Amino acid sequence: MNTTTTKKYGDRIFRAITLLFALSILIILLVMTVEMVSESLPSLRKFGWGFITGSDWDAVHGSFAALPYLYGSVVSSILAILLATPLSVGTALFITELAPHKVGAVTASLVELLAAIPSVIYGLWGILVMTPWLQSTVEPFMIEHFGFLPFFRGAPYGVSMLAAVCILMIMIVPIITSITKEVLMAVPSSQKEAAIALGATRWEMIRIAVLPYGRSGILGAVILGLGRAIGETMAVTMVIGNTPQISLSLLSPAYTMPSVIANEFAETTTKLHASALMEIGLILLVVTLIINFMARMLLWSVTRKWKGGVA
Amino acid sequence: MTLRSITVRRASNLTATLLMGAATILVLLPLVIIFYHIIKMGISSINLGFFTNIPQPPGEAGGGMANGIAGSAIMIGMASLAGLPVGIFGAVYLTEYGTGRLSSAIRFCADILSGIPSIITGMVAYSLLVVPLKGFSALAGSFALSLIMVPIVLRTTEEQLKMVPATLREASLALGVPLWRTSIKVTLRSALTGIITGVLLAIARVAGETAPLLFTALGNQFWSRKLTEPMAALPLQIFNFAISPYEDWHRLAWAGALVLVVLMFGLSLAARWLGRTKHF
Repeated sequence: MNTTTTKKYGDRIFRAITLLFALSILIILLVMTVEMVSESLPSLRKFGWGFITGSDWDAVHGSFAALPYLYGSVVSSILAILLATPLSVGTALFITELAPHKVGAVTASLVELLAAIPSVIYGLWGILVMTPWLQSTVEPFMIEHFGFLPFFRGAPYGVSMLAAVCILMIMIVPIITSITKEVLMAVPSSQKEAAIALGATRWEMIRIAVLPYGRSGILGAVILGLGRAIGETMAVTMVIGNTPQISLSLLSPAYTMPSVIANEFAETTTKLHASALMEIGLILLVVTLIINFMARMLLWSVTRKWKGGVA
Repeated sequence: MTLRSITVRRASNLTATLLMGAATILVLLPLVIIFYHIIKMGISSINLGFFTNIPQPPGEAGGGMANGIAGSAIMIGMASLAGLPVGIFGAVYLTEYGTGRLSSAIRFCADILSGIPSIITGMVAYSLLVVPLKGFSALAGSFALSLIMVPIVLRTTEEQLKMVPATLREASLALGVPLWRTSIKVTLRSALTGIITGVLLAIARVAGETAPLLFTALGNQFWSRKLTEPMAALPLQIFNFAISPYEDWHRLAWAGALVLVVLMFGLSLAARWLGRTKHF
């Protein structure tokens, strides 16, 4: 039998150990940030703001500026989000409001499957199946019919900003869909029943009762998807063409922040080169921290509100 | 609101319904296409040799990804050894003692941490382990993977622990069992299947991770003999072979993708199956 003292000590030790493990989350986050900042310092000191306004990336002459990578990341992620959001919300609505229970459940698990496919497999499919198809079919079509627009000018390379946008869209749709689904399922059924009882059609019920209730949650899901898109590395690296240029045309190759890190970090020749890549990583970290912070605040406020709310 | 005729309302209802259905089909279509290609291209290169040989130079037939599969298994194993206890017992703290602000902060940070791009985890592991140890190593790769596992496991375990009825724990405490034994023998044990589900999902997630291994484990064309050497990993090989210009290597990459997908779905099916049988 335990005496009171060993019992007390056992509990104290247990509490201390579990506390330490729980704190490890904060420690990891802190160490990551400190490490990224300190490793970026040489580059931060040398280039200052010029790092994000210039576009000269030259490892031989030791001059680094990251605008093309920033541009590539921002444009590819935003376009992917714009395309993915309506598809995701539509699918989430289909799962929660439209489909019979079983169909909805099957659709939901298929979406989960899509979300579980590793990035490198999307990349493999992207580079060996999708980009050849884009090059032979889609891009020539776009050049022929929409070539008067600056967005569809140039030669069909296959690997391009367009390819990155497509693969990113495919990859973030399941994430936004499954979170939106959770948000929509939390809408109190009394709200929906009230709308139906007043004679609303299903679509009116969705518009009046479901979407307004889920608005901030859906926004949270979309922002979370944006964070995923900006940080996505492997698939984008494999299809975007890895050319640091700023071009309006979606058909020309581009480059993103995670891609340049993936391609160059293992083979840096100078300390400054490594530090410049670290600074790109730092920008990426800060951006994704802010994005995830906003998204989680939105999602948390939604779930909290509903836990004690109506119904 | 002006009254609209019922025909218009019905028409817009129908349009919306069709659009939702179309969106769902568009979303699921890539799944079908990608799976079709993985199976079609991958199945022909899967044979015994694939699991026992290391990659051949381009131009030579045969070759496999044995070193990549073994490397992935070793690094995932080591990452689990380090990451799972931290995640699981961290979650115990949150459920047993976690009412204050600190616990909310930990939960919140865990959610944020799992949203940070894994390539950054790789960079941090590089500067914490690769630089001091003066070389790419399996150790650094495992470390990066374990960092990714911790927040995932912590959050899923906590969800499971929260579902254990308070009465079970109270009964144990009332019998004079100290809290730490109650935690281990009653709370954790009752939630065991749920926790294993979470663990399997976390393993499935890191099994496909490529970016954090790029400059930690680096990859290896041959077998590694030591944990302080660069080590091959299945996703890394898929990446390197996919971007190579050689047909032979593309075939290996597809086969590797098939193995990886089968493995991941095996894991998530197992997780689902376990998750279905609830203890209470």
